[in-house]
Amino acid sequence: MPVSENGTAQEVAAARVLVGSASDFREGDRKLVQVAGRTVGVFRVEGRFYAYENTCLHQGGPVCEGRYFPKMTAVVTGDGRVLGEKYDESEPHLVCPWHGWEFDLRTGEFCGDRSKKLRSYTVETEGDEVYVA
Amino acid sequence: MSELYDRGKIQIENLLRNARAQADQRGFDRFPIVDVDSHHYEDRRWDEIIPYIEDDGIRDWARAMTERSGKAAATTITTAQVGNQEVSGRILRAGRNQLADLRDLSAEQRKHDDVARMLWAMDMMGIDYTIMFPTPMLHLSLHPAAEVEVALARAYTRWLTEELLPQDDRIRTLAYLPFNDPEASLRMIEEFGDTPGVVGFMVTSIRYRPVHANEYAPVYAALQERGLPLAFHAAYNWHEQSMTQLNKFISAHALGFSFCNIIHMTNMIVNGIPERFPGLKLAWVESGLAWIPFLMQRLDNEYLMRTSEAPLLKRLPSDYMRDMYFSTQPMERTAPTGMMRESFEMMNAENTLLYSSDYPHWDFDVPSVIYDLPFLTDRARHKILGGNACELFGLPTDKRAPASAAEAGLAPMVGEAVPVASTLS
Repeated sequence: MPVSENGTAQEVAAARVLVGSASDFREGDRKLVQVAGRTVGVFRVEGRFYAYENTCLHQGGPVCEGRYFPKMTAVVTGDGRVLGEKYDESEPHLVCPWHGWEFDLRTGEFCGDRSKKLRSYTVETEGDEVYVA
Repeated sequence: MSELYDRGKIQIENLLRNARAQADQRGFDRFPIVDVDSHHYEDRRWDEIIPYIEDDGIRDWARAMTERSGKAAATTITTAQVGNQEVSGRILRAGRNQLADLRDLSAEQRKHDDVARMLWAMDMMGIDYTIMFPTPMLHLSLHPAAEVEVALARAYTRWLTEELLPQDDRIRTLAYLPFNDPEASLRMIEEFGDTPGVVGFMVTSIRYRPVHANEYAPVYAALQERGLPLAFHAAYNWHEQSMTQLNKFISAHALGFSFCNIIHMTNMIVNGIPERFPGLKLAWVESGLAWIPFLMQRLDNEYLMRTSEAPLLKRLPSDYMRDMYFSTQPMERTAPTGMMRESFEMMNAENTLLYSSDYPHWDFDVPSVIYDLPFLTDRARHKILGGNACELFGLPTDKRAPASAAEAGLAPMVGEAVPVASTLS
């Protein structure tokens, strides 16, 4: 492991953290790892890897430990009537378990205000190994 | 639903770990933190509480309802509300998703499970003292039979003060007042006013009794004489006639929790309760903060046109409100900072606000919600987070929560890259 217990913040930040084997990740699996003293959630969604800090933009809740929900949409007719609500499964959301703030799992954008984003990390794969930088 | 969404259902090892990290980062070990409104789920404990019901008929009624279809049936006697607190499963209720080994924790400490859970949550958030209140009983005030409210209030309070509170003095309570029966409320004050752990009394706010009615004069006098605060704890009543127009929980909750206390506050002020009982300490719990400047402006504006209609008043309605206490949660935090600063000044926040978490309910606030406000002085921070409550409720000012995550038994946050939870299944 590249991080020493006595490492300074700078040394730690420069390090790369092994998350595990890519083959261990199925669609929707996630792992939480420590990166430079912060907890980071690594997710596999639609074959790609994403990593976010496990801190919600709202009150700092453990957003990366929340559930996934599809984007909710309203079904509206051409003449303005609402027929009901349907999930759009093509936009998966990560929902903070503390208060329900929803984030786009593939971009980290806050769904209540797209200008706000979870702190993201770069995920690198080498062979079968997955790293967070 | 696709595979992806099924895999989203994971077990959270410690839902409040981030709260503990916040406490460490902000140095919450430097000053006392008091939470004036936290909760437990007494509906899980009816088998323990029912033997305390003194009325034979009501005790057997409660027992039969519980035996008929499990503990959930107890809501038949406390009344139930249509709810969607968890936003259809998105929010993982802190009281029901926490350390898997908490049962072992309570066995180890030889404490009641509700006490162990509460102390664990307090340790995670850096809270030294808490004022704990039940959950479904927030709606007991809507029970059509006043004698049931009285019987359950007495049974719950006896159980709480005889079995739970003696186990740890960090947990206190505002005893439930069965306000639909003013004489029974007075008897509760006389009986439990000096009970260890009781720091005052609580009225649940969704009810249909005018709080200025003369029959409450002996209740207010008894509280004033003893110096015990009276709090009004808000809730929502989706069956309230106006609220039945609303189709979403967000609407019924957002309006309901302020609406009920706006009604009671208006009656209190317009009918001069603060002039008739100048030593009565009133606290308003869980309506948020935005309603306070709103109501101050509404009442002041109309009072100046209609002073003859409120002949007992010697000051502006807002002046009386500035002498009362308000719990902070759920604090609306979306206004521009300048507007929030003005609101805080308008309500004399440094001296009247009391931090509350409402934990483990869905819209709980961690202490950093107050601590991180950019316009507060350190003095105001410390007073709102604990000092004001210590003074109002006569609580000790010593630190009781662990000073750090390590002291709370958690692994340090910085170190080797060790996964804290594996969700690969």
